[in-house]
Amino acid sequence: MTDSDITLAAVELDQTTLLTPGQIFRQRMFGHKGFLIGATLILIIAIVALLAPVLAPHSPFEQSLADRMLPPVWSEGGTWDYLLGTDQNGRDYLSRLIYGTRVSITIGLGAATVGLLIGVTLGVIAGYFGGWADHSISFLLTAQLALPGLLLAMALVFIIGPSIWVVIGIVGVLHWTYYLVVTRAATQRIRSLDFVAAAAAAGASPRQIIWHEILPNLMSSIIVIFTFELGIAILAESSLSFLGVGIQPPTPSWGLMIAEGKQAMFYRPWLVILPGICLFLLVIGANLMGDGLRDITSPEGRNE
Amino acid sequence: MTALLDINHLNITLRSPNGPLRVVRDLTLELNRGEALGIVGESGSGKSMTALALMRLLPRSAEYQATSMAYDGVQLPDLEDAQFYRSIAGPRIGMIFQEPMTSLNPVYTIGRQMTEASVARGLMSAAAAHKKAVTLLDRVGIPDPEDRMSQYPHQMSGGQRQRVMIAMTLMLDPDLLIADEPTTALDVTVQAQILDLLDDLRRERQMGLILISHDLAVVAQRTDRVAVMFAGELVEQGTAQQVLYAPQHDYTRKLLAAVPRLDGTPGRPAPATPRVEDVIVARDVSRIYTARKGLFGPKRDIKALDGVSLSVKRGETLALIGESGSGKSTLARILLGLDHATSGEIDLIGRPIDQIPPTERAAFVQPVFQDPYTSLNPRRRLSEIISRPLMLRGERDSATNLAAVKEMMERVRLPIRLLHAYPSQLSGGQRQRVAIARALVTRPKALICDEPTSALDVSVQAQILDLLDELRDQMNLTTLLITHDMAVVHQTADRVAVMRNGRIVEEGTASAVLSHPTNDYTARLLEAAPRFETV
Amino acid sequence: MLRYIMLRGCLAILVAFTVSLAAFLLLNVASDPAQAIAGEDATAEVVETIRARYGLDRPLPVRYLDWLGGVVQGDFGESYYWHKPVASLVADRVDETLTLAFSALAVTILIAIPLGALAALNPNSWIDRFALGVAVSAQAIPNFWLGLLMIIFFAVTIPIFPVSGDSTWRHFVLPAFVLGSSSVPAVMRLTRTGLIEVMGADYIRTARSKGFRGWQLLRRHALRNAILPVISVLAVQLGQKFGGSVITESIFAINGLGRLALESILGADIPTVQMLIFVFAIVFVAMNLLADILNAAIDPRIRIG
Repeated sequence: MTDSDITLAAVELDQTTLLTPGQIFRQRMFGHKGFLIGATLILIIAIVALLAPVLAPHSPFEQSLADRMLPPVWSEGGTWDYLLGTDQNGRDYLSRLIYGTRVSITIGLGAATVGLLIGVTLGVIAGYFGGWADHSISFLLTAQLALPGLLLAMALVFIIGPSIWVVIGIVGVLHWTYYLVVTRAATQRIRSLDFVAAAAAAGASPRQIIWHEILPNLMSSIIVIFTFELGIAILAESSLSFLGVGIQPPTPSWGLMIAEGKQAMFYRPWLVILPGICLFLLVIGANLMGDGLRDITSPEGRNE
Repeated sequence: MTALLDINHLNITLRSPNGPLRVVRDLTLELNRGEALGIVGESGSGKSMTALALMRLLPRSAEYQATSMAYDGVQLPDLEDAQFYRSIAGPRIGMIFQEPMTSLNPVYTIGRQMTEASVARGLMSAAAAHKKAVTLLDRVGIPDPEDRMSQYPHQMSGGQRQRVMIAMTLMLDPDLLIADEPTTALDVTVQAQILDLLDDLRRERQMGLILISHDLAVVAQRTDRVAVMFAGELVEQGTAQQVLYAPQHDYTRKLLAAVPRLDGTPGRPAPATPRVEDVIVARDVSRIYTARKGLFGPKRDIKALDGVSLSVKRGETLALIGESGSGKSTLARILLGLDHATSGEIDLIGRPIDQIPPTERAAFVQPVFQDPYTSLNPRRRLSEIISRPLMLRGERDSATNLAAVKEMMERVRLPIRLLHAYPSQLSGGQRQRVAIARALVTRPKALICDEPTSALDVSVQAQILDLLDELRDQMNLTTLLITHDMAVVHQTADRVAVMRNGRIVEEGTASAVLSHPTNDYTARLLEAAPRFETV
Repeated sequence: MLRYIMLRGCLAILVAFTVSLAAFLLLNVASDPAQAIAGEDATAEVVETIRARYGLDRPLPVRYLDWLGGVVQGDFGESYYWHKPVASLVADRVDETLTLAFSALAVTILIAIPLGALAALNPNSWIDRFALGVAVSAQAIPNFWLGLLMIIFFAVTIPIFPVSGDSTWRHFVLPAFVLGSSSVPAVMRLTRTGLIEVMGADYIRTARSKGFRGWQLLRRHALRNAILPVISVLAVQLGQKFGGSVITESIFAINGLGRLALESILGADIPTVQMLIFVFAIVFVAMNLLADILNAAIDPRIRIG
């Protein structure tokens, strides 16, 4: 060490004790209340979905005409046999709600993944190559934003014929813009940084630069958007099912259950309220997780 | 007579996630009317925090206490916010900042921003304020001041905006002007003009001036007294002469030793055997960018490079000097294969650059960039970053790569324990060492260093320059050093090429160009370079 | 400035036609309109007769150009379901949807902007946390469910507002609230982050060093800069209100375009669906154009390049 190194040693030593990005992430994660609440909610609902056959007291499809529209156990006339009552066909409401998690989560994950693949691919291409690629993709974005998404989704699902896969495909294909906007801007920013120039000077091809230098730096924003899109896709499915152009009976989808309960909502309000609460908890869990992840992964924490 | 400013035992604490941070400790300062005080220190020394505390501009997370902070006999901390903002901030103390590009509000005219403070206070009618603003703009050297009043900040250059900032603070005739790194973001020649302007104005108006800078030379030339800060403490204070030529504190001495000098014989001594082999040759290289305004806007040609020819011989260091926009970085990007010349030829060791495959080119020439905070991928460990060029070349044997990485880390004097650290765990100087290790791991013939030290503190700059010097001799490297700093050239270059507006205006050995410049522009650059003469 | 507006205008027209083409292709390739008109159980001959009668046997490009030619003259074709010109169907119902969309936007602005601004000016205070809570919850509540809850609540518990129909302004209070609340999170968050960013800008520091503070600082230096991104997001949200009217109108039994959309989809009435998609897209594009022009008027960096 040269002489002038010594004064700096104190300062540098101070800084080399800093934590790795992974350690900072874990530390912030456990200090973020919103994230913990959201993650717990999601975890519980995911477990319910996985263990649905074990947890559900009845089959979600089995009809018992003698026991139609029983109220939940705490209301007058409720029985312990049907904890949350039964619907208009005499099916156990709790079991249908439990199986409903599977529909929501499958569609949420599926559609958010379809959107991710489209949006991130386009975003990285537009951001990295710029020029006409960027202009065309930006035009595509404007056109997509101008389309009334729900209306188009309703029409397409109705025309093609409703099934879980069609709903996943259509909701996914209509929800890529958020990924695109964020990854495009981030790619543009990262592309102009010197470490990308250094990689190019070391002989890396565009493909190598995108995979090795750019995508790892996009991961945290992509995960954040994915959690938000998960919630958005779940809400989109429930809206479609509610309007009758999504999941079809007798599959237990929460949106569909609300639609079915609507006729009787003035004297059997729980038929509408319970599936709504399930939806709310699942989506708020995803949003809290997304908000939390954004705070945790942003360099300065929450912006103040 | 009481001092204009009297600060006693000022402490500033910053709340941070890792507990409170004392950024200023027990600072005691005094400033008399009409006196110029320079505060010098490296980043994190607390020099700006002191000024911000004085102006009540500290971030929300910061707090200050002082036994006394008196301005013209008035204890500032005792004032209510309303009173402070009405009678002190603006009319008594004016402040200008480092970033002229963002310090003016982009959506309002220059005229409105200049006049609003005096008009809102009811000190002047709008017409009188307008007249005064025009006079002041004229005084600070803005041409056509009347027309400028209705323009917006984005229509002016950085230097002009800083002049507007100065004129704006003078609208309220303060007795004290605080200038926080007022010229750091500006080119050398502009920097000299702005500093001269500040100096003249202070004498003319008998204003107190606090000039905050990381640059000892800047401060030494223009102030009566100098205060040196280190890690939140005031380590030394005295007349500029005392501090520069008879420093008392260890830190000041080291800081002074680290500053590149413009005295003595410029350049490195000539080698025993003349250098003959051309490593980099550029012949009549031009680069024209076609810019469009918006998607369908009119096309405009910008000549970034205009017929540049130069050659760098094996083992020598050619310094390419010029101000921002002169085209020196464009040339570097072309030599690195990151951009292509519109016309002209470039040879690397006798082969045209276009005919060399990228990975092979990487074995000839490698870059070191300016900003160590953006030149390393934040998601990769040091071991991955340094070995990446080897991987790209197809050398995938992890044991030999690891050995190569370790050897390079030793050469650039990075502790091996940092092998698996991430860039965010490193200091600026350490990061720049990583960038150098990455550049050298493929054993290139030539290094292209684009302002390799201008983002670093002075003492770190000295270490990095020394390291580059040493490696150059050990590995027989050819170096193209791009810089705006005459002192760096003076210290490390064999030959110099001066660039302006995409052309090379003067070229020659460092000693010839720096001692007897033949070009006007070179002479101006040399004249403007901050320096302190030895007694 | 004029050049900028014209460029934006051309782009808007281009977008509108791309969207119409996309909608046309999607709807006509994915389905067989002749079959849809004839019904599921129709025989092949009946379907073929209908195909010939409506000109559906011609190739797609010809049909698109034919449709486009009609659109330019204000003719959007005839509804298969109601057997009336689509344009008159839409004209009959547009008032309800306009009323709903603009009152919903008013609800959004009244809630989101003050809340966002208060949160930005007092970061990490109770109001900031409250605002964040409102945003997170409003984002997670299914819009149609909120509508049903309102109906249950206001029909049974406190019957002050009617829950069905569109004859008086009182009928629009609940639907406007439900539709407006869906935009509150986006607008509030943007107001908050935008204002926080502006308040941390260098030029605000300059203004403070000149002695400006509090309301004066906000009015003179922050608001104009902070409002720029909010204008753009409001335009997007207003555009989305029209699409969102499908759910709200069907729940609250408002006879507007949203309900028309649902009915025509369930009736496989392709011309009507097509026109509605086109009209909603035009509204969206027009709102964005308006926002661009407003931004250019406010921001000299766009006005004077």
